[in-house]
Amino acid sequence: MLDSTPREIIARTGAVINPAKTCQPIGAMYAALGIHRCLPHSHGSQGCCAYHRSHLTRHFREPVMASTSSFTEGASVFGGSANLKTAIKNVFTLYNPDVIAVHTTCLSETIGDDIPSIIKSAAIPPGKMVIHANTPSYQGSHVTGFSNMTKGMVNYLAEASLENKREQVNILPGFLNPGDMREIKRLTALMGVPFIMFPDTSGSLDSPMSGQFNMFPKGGARVEAIRDSGNSSLTLALGEYAASDPAYQLERKCLVPAVVLRTPIGIQATDALIMALRQHFVAEVPDEIEEERGQLVDIMTDLHYHFHGKKVAIFGDPDIVASLTEMVLSLGMKPVHLLTGTPNTSLGGAQGNFEATVTAMLEDAGLAGRVKAGGDLFELHQWIKNEPVDLLIGNTYGKYIARAEDIPLVRVGFPILDRGVHSYLPVVGYRGALRLMEMIDNALQDRVDRDARDEDLELIM
Amino acid sequence: MMRQIAIYGKGGIGKSTTTQNTVAALAEAGNKVMVVGCDPKGDSTRLILHGLTQKTVLDTLRDEGEDIELEDIMRVGFGDTRCVESGGPEPGVGCAGRGIITSINLLESLGAYTPELNYVFYDVLGDVVCGGFAMPIREGKAKEIYIVASGELMALYAANNICKGIGKYAQSGDVRLGGIICNSRNVDNEHELLKAFAEELGSQLLHFLPRDNIVQRAEINKKTVIDYDQDCNQAGEYRELAGKMAENQMFVVPKPMTQDRLEELMMDYGILDSL
Repeated sequence: MLDSTPREIIARTGAVINPAKTCQPIGAMYAALGIHRCLPHSHGSQGCCAYHRSHLTRHFREPVMASTSSFTEGASVFGGSANLKTAIKNVFTLYNPDVIAVHTTCLSETIGDDIPSIIKSAAIPPGKMVIHANTPSYQGSHVTGFSNMTKGMVNYLAEASLENKREQVNILPGFLNPGDMREIKRLTALMGVPFIMFPDTSGSLDSPMSGQFNMFPKGGARVEAIRDSGNSSLTLALGEYAASDPAYQLERKCLVPAVVLRTPIGIQATDALIMALRQHFVAEVPDEIEEERGQLVDIMTDLHYHFHGKKVAIFGDPDIVASLTEMVLSLGMKPVHLLTGTPNTSLGGAQGNFEATVTAMLEDAGLAGRVKAGGDLFELHQWIKNEPVDLLIGNTYGKYIARAEDIPLVRVGFPILDRGVHSYLPVVGYRGALRLMEMIDNALQDRVDRDARDEDLELIM
Repeated sequence: MMRQIAIYGKGGIGKSTTTQNTVAALAEAGNKVMVVGCDPKGDSTRLILHGLTQKTVLDTLRDEGEDIELEDIMRVGFGDTRCVESGGPEPGVGCAGRGIITSINLLESLGAYTPELNYVFYDVLGDVVCGGFAMPIREGKAKEIYIVASGELMALYAANNICKGIGKYAQSGDVRLGGIICNSRNVDNEHELLKAFAEELGSQLLHFLPRDNIVQRAEINKKTVIDYDQDCNQAGEYRELAGKMAENQMFVVPKPMTQDRLEELMMDYGILDSL
């Protein structure tokens, strides 16, 4: 299918071919689903909302509920104020969520709808909340949208109501699967540190089959908990792009110190999370965690020769790619092509420094590689044509490159539309690292077996 | 054959007044004319309709939904002239440009452009701030443009900018500049300056309208000059302008000037002579 991708790279400024990102509202909608009894609301035309819901459903294989302002020609001319007010009234009457989380779309951003003043003049039943985030799709990516909606939670909900901060930590997990959020919560609980995670989609987008339809599943961060996050003594933002901006906002608003860590994928980033908790809360690292880490180190040693020197290309969301790069380096692999579709900076959104961060990792390992933020899959494909790799790590959109270049693909990130289970099991923490190692190892060794001549097919590898 | 004409120019220069007075002269001469006001303020047809501020297309859309008849939005005024106001959202909300696009599309689908029309005039908001305000010259609607200007720098500056816009659409379509109309402000050397300005653009000064208080008096009476006092001198000026417009053969792609050149021109004609 991608047989025509030319090898020669010509500088492009005007076009993106096969983007490695999607638009802000998808991230905002996903983040909003991480609040308990919250209905995401798309302030735009019906098509936006329908597409975002189906995209999330295809990744999580769960129903995704959201409402829309249903813009028509009239709304684009007169502004969406009347639509949003009617929507707020109808949604509380019909679906009765506790919170409506409004995000904008390209259209409402271009018109310039002033969402805060519309919300202020809307009829909101007592005890209910409407929060919002501006998510113009022509800036940033779905990761920016996730960050902006998380920031919206801080803006509307977080309060510093106590004189002294509580011994509890806020964890902003970033754009991760519910399985990952569960794992981070499990580790924090094992450390014995009280925590508030938001957004938290565990129990919301990995809910069990109960035989009954439930518009608002059990999971999600409680509004009271998010409110109380202003009283915590520390915020850990896991991921520069997806979590740092709301963490700094919480620091400004409620004076909760923010520490930005990498997404805890791989041994180093997980160590950093555990050590941050240990140092700040003077907590003992329990045996269970030490055991898990020890197992990981054991397997890394056992299998090092499967990984050593293997070239790998990684693409996806910037926080995830940065951590994966660090992890594959720790396995002795050579990450030579590292690309994210999310641009380094975006107006009104999170700022990050993907290229500098990842380039520094490569330099520390004595390697050189191609690193790019705001890139596309066409360019990644061209890189691979110029310097072939043994493995591709990324989301489902990588399968076309994998087929064209006949390289194995390990699916990590968002979205994964052609395989299941991924959203239930973690890639974070020591357990997640173990799982990732198994995935990478299987992909590499399956390829060795497939290509081996009969006389070379090894029983023991 | 129907000629579609768009009138542009700096805000407050007298586009609506000039358009309506010229239309009155054309209608007096037996032409069937339609005026489409493309200004969110909706005051482009007041003189022809004798102050009847008619309901704009967008207000009608807002109040009555999409099921609209042509009669709901089109009124007939002086000399059987058809008048439409596109209108817009309330100030500060929504997208006025999109509103103009919506109105013109609606006029088309309601069949407002009938073959017996000789002229359709689009009276466009002074500053072409976005694509919506260029709608009348996009997609082959108005092919002739006249710019109303005066001898003041900002009016010429705006006219020059509008020429840049015309240049853009002229490349892909057949929209052309028909000339500059000077609505005099009694600035020094105004006639010579405007003539030089128009010629520098590669176009012509179509007509120089002298300043005459009768225009104001007619306006207060909610009438065009021809309607108010058909024998006055200014009525003759508008007839002459209408005649020149009817017979105009010079349609060009304008060559806009640099800011420096424009100011140089001002110096040559405006300031140096008065010293």
